Amino acid sequence: MSASTPLAHSFDADRPYPPIGWLSSGALGCVVVGGIILASYAPRTAPLPLATVLLCAAAVLLASAGVLLARLRAFSWKTFGNVFKWALLAYAITSGMIEFAFVHDHTRGPSLVLVTLMLVIFALSVPTTIAFTVARFADLD
Amino acid sequence: MDDTVARDVATSADVATSAPPRPKIQVVPLAGLPFVGAAVLFVALSIGFNWQWGLMFNHVVGGGLWTGIDLFVGFVIGPILGRLSIPARAEFSARFMPKMAIIMPTIVMMTLATGFQVARSAGNLAASSPNHAWLVVSFCVVGIMAVIALGVLEPANIAVLYEMNKPVPNGERIGRLMKRFIYTAGITGAMQVATLIIMTRLGSR
Repeated sequence: MSASTPLAHSFDADRPYPPIGWLSSGALGCVVVGGIILASYAPRTAPLPLATVLLCAAAVLLASAGVLLARLRAFSWKTFGNVFKWALLAYAITSGMIEFAFVHDHTRGPSLVLVTLMLVIFALSVPTTIAFTVARFADLD
Repeated sequence: MDDTVARDVATSADVATSAPPRPKIQVVPLAGLPFVGAAVLFVALSIGFNWQWGLMFNHVVGGGLWTGIDLFVGFVIGPILGRLSIPARAEFSARFMPKMAIIMPTIVMMTLATGFQVARSAGNLAASSPNHAWLVVSFCVVGIMAVIALGVLEPANIAVLYEMNKPVPNGERIGRLMKRFIYTAGITGAMQVATLIIMTRLGSR
């Protein structure tokens, strides 16, 4: 195959990127484990320190992904923004439904705060992973 | 193996240059959104009014479809896709993936949002319940499936659709992303077998 074919040209668009997708998926993994711990103790109070540690780990992973993302120069920001906003809308609705179920089930106090923050990280991490995966293969702006 | 990929890629290049202009793929089919809206409303009302039939309907129908689709895609569609040429995979995906992009999040939302409520009203959440341990195992299975599906499978699906909307899609890249889809669909399909065992056990005690 000659290098002048359009297909060969598009192969060159695969650029190395920092592990942003892995970091945001790691954040998702932490909040999922935290959610399992909280849900498996319901209606009793779950051990909050463990869930808090997982929440903090998720926040650090997601913030690291955000920092690495913000430092990217050769990146299709237009595609990222376009995918991120719609995915955020979809996962905000899903998170809202789960939050509604917890509130309706009389989850209150620190447990509710933890659940809410975990759902916020869930609603941000999934769109970040999706939008980054799409934008990394998109043509540069 | 490399020859096969090279042949597939060359074929996809031929397709790209000789085929008539392709219609643009709608990543999220807008015609499906009213059904999603209706499902969200139904779930919200069922939870809000503690409507037992609504909760059970959403959980059983959503969970049944989720399990069935995962098993079918993982063990039937996935292996077939893996044996197709890259242009054929692209052609199939262009019609299949947008539907999955709207169906799967909706049935997952129906199942998960109502599942907690169903478990609570059935008394399975109580630590003293003989079903409690099985319930916690089901949380873990769903958690692993969620991370795989949301962290790997769905991003690959959407990336394939965007790639196919380019004027000259990269056949090798589509093949690579589709391989990711095929493997993860197989893993979630296998995990759904565990879900079937747990849920039928919970229902029969």
